[in-house]
Amino acid sequence: MESDELIINMGPVHPSTHGVLRFKLRMDGESIKECTPVIGYLHRGTEKIGEMKTYLQFIPYTDRLDYISAFPNNYAFVKAVEELAGIEVPIRAEYIRVLTMELNRIVNHLVAIGSLLMDLGAATMIMWGFRERENALQLFEMLCGARMTFNYIKPGGVREDIPEGFMPKLNEFLKDMEKRIVDYEQLINGNEIFHMRMKNIGVINAKDAVNFGWTGPTLRGSGVDYDLRKYEPYSIYPDLDFKVCVRNEGDSFARFIVRIDEMKESLHILRQVVDNMPVSKVISSAEYGIAPMTGTPTAVSTYFPRIFTPPAGEVYSRIEAPKGELGFYVVSDGTTKPYRVKIRSPSFCNLTAIPSLVKGLKIGDLIAAFGTIDVVLGDVDR
Amino acid sequence: MLFLAMWTGDIMFANTYELIVFILNYIGIYDPIYKVFESFGLEYLLRIIIVLVEIAALFVFILLTVMFLTWMERKVVAMVQARYGPMVTGPRGLLQPVMDGVKLIGKEDIIPAKADRWVFTLAPFLIFIPALLIFIPLPFGESLIISDLNVGLLYIIAISAISPIAILMAGWASNNKYSLMGAMRAVAQDISYTIPLALSAIAVVLFTGSLSTVDIVTAQSGTWFGFIPKWFIFLQPLGFILFLIASIAEMGRIPFDFQESESELVAGFFTEYSGMKFAMFFLAEYAHLFSVSAIVVTLFLGGWSVPFLNFIPAVLVPLVSLGVFLVKTYAIIFFAMWLRDTVPRMRIDQLLNLGWKIMIPLALLNLLVTALLLTAGVFK
Repeated sequence: MESDELIINMGPVHPSTHGVLRFKLRMDGESIKECTPVIGYLHRGTEKIGEMKTYLQFIPYTDRLDYISAFPNNYAFVKAVEELAGIEVPIRAEYIRVLTMELNRIVNHLVAIGSLLMDLGAATMIMWGFRERENALQLFEMLCGARMTFNYIKPGGVREDIPEGFMPKLNEFLKDMEKRIVDYEQLINGNEIFHMRMKNIGVINAKDAVNFGWTGPTLRGSGVDYDLRKYEPYSIYPDLDFKVCVRNEGDSFARFIVRIDEMKESLHILRQVVDNMPVSKVISSAEYGIAPMTGTPTAVSTYFPRIFTPPAGEVYSRIEAPKGELGFYVVSDGTTKPYRVKIRSPSFCNLTAIPSLVKGLKIGDLIAAFGTIDVVLGDVDR
Repeated sequence: MLFLAMWTGDIMFANTYELIVFILNYIGIYDPIYKVFESFGLEYLLRIIIVLVEIAALFVFILLTVMFLTWMERKVVAMVQARYGPMVTGPRGLLQPVMDGVKLIGKEDIIPAKADRWVFTLAPFLIFIPALLIFIPLPFGESLIISDLNVGLLYIIAISAISPIAILMAGWASNNKYSLMGAMRAVAQDISYTIPLALSAIAVVLFTGSLSTVDIVTAQSGTWFGFIPKWFIFLQPLGFILFLIASIAEMGRIPFDFQESESELVAGFFTEYSGMKFAMFFLAEYAHLFSVSAIVVTLFLGGWSVPFLNFIPAVLVPLVSLGVFLVKTYAIIFFAMWLRDTVPRMRIDQLLNLGWKIMIPLALLNLLVTALLLTAGVFK
């Protein structure tokens, strides 16, 4: 029996599209015949703005890409600039950067898991997740005064040193978090309905996942052992002991479990960072080998100059952001502003797989599969 | 004096009407009033007035219960989610439902341009009225029942089958795709779950031999071996579980809240409703939550009867039994709220699978085994 098609515009204003994403769904009753994501509702021309701002002025704009986890965005751009200009970074600054980024990974995964469960109809997890996230945000606030858009990591180091009272609070957070993760697993993993909703839903094999350009926890859920922290090490990651969390099933459940495991690994990394935190300056001063400067540095000499010109050249630098591979391609023409900034954002590449992932599934599965991909629209549209 | 009168005689009233007449009689004002009405030849008017008083009392009770339930729901959710919930209006936020009501009354009543105006307006009433009608044969306590229908259980199941029609009307008339899908889901769900619901209720009826709710409750008074209350949950454990699951599906709550499923269908069938029409759906939902929990209690948990309380003076029995009934009902309601906070929603096809492939066969099996054991005389 042939029934009429139903075309549903899901979004851009819809409770579970995590922002302003629109799905154009061709439905056969409850089943999805075709799903077309329509993006661009949050396009702000970030890449073009990059060409009009100086290198330091552009850092706050990177905060607004993936606003759930802004530290890695800061760092990815700063890392590109540092490679371009050949700036050395004090060791303590690198430790602080890794500390902030791993904390941010935990925050990101808490939000990802929480909103996934909320889309499935269980609102408790997001409240629990936000309870812990609040503690982490307070830590961020202590560091840089901001809770979501930090503008903290700068070329040559970080803006300020760790304030007094930060470390005890961080230790408390870590201790708390280790207990709480067990709670989450009890709340979620032991639930039969959750298994019914997640297992064998939105399955993607390793080959397809790679071909779609998937990275991050989503790719590792399909059994590909790929983590830039391990295979293209940057910062202090070579010195740290952690393992890459991989699951082979490739379904929504695997992607979810990978996130839980990654939170545990991040806690492990944070413990090492806290234990081995060295003492040094946190930002390299002007004499740390910056090439020609235009104008005089306005701040004290230990501060990095506001305006500087890296030599002409280009660089592509990438890191393992919580959502996947975040890359910045920066071209310098030897002036104070970049000639071109191209952002390779994980959310955008991961989102491309949605149409083939949900074909033939039910509308509820679209929500579940979309939730496990963990997309932030600021990162998709840029 | 009244107490003594009731104490000596073992008085039990068929319904609240008789209780009211007895009390009026005892005070000594029933006869004069009756004579006044009689002199005009309007005896039936007195009867109507007393019934109207009963209905008004019930209506106020339902409204207060619904208001309390919305508050309780928020507080229970907040407790589970490590929050406070409403705290600002009134002591511990108790007046929050009042403020919600005021807000909803103040809202603009929007009817979408392409909606079917009549059906759109009618649907909220059609869902609200059955939600109230269900309360008629519910025994709130000894003598506290509006009308002890001899087909009480059948009546309840029949009345609760009206609401999907209203939901379908609301979904169709809204002229909104989400609403329509929500309505379709609700109807599919209701058809699948009314059957196991009725089948597991019939297993109870096999024991009592009566569809009257009062008979079902009185059949559950007393104990076995002096300490196990004679509740049907112990005779019908499988039936109880099936009935409870089917009831939660009937209430349309997580994990079976497909008619709404706000993360998929925005708000399901009442997406387009606002103001008082929205409030009607809301009221009906919570009235339904209470009535369905009350039915679970009546069928399986002994209703208002409680063992070991035989020493209570007869005059207090209606009050105490009302208290017992409310405690049991709120326990079931708390369970439903607790469930909502801890489990995710199922998928619509999984729900239908569960209904047709697991619950209906199990309910039939339960019915068959019960009938066989009863015929064999095991429970005599």
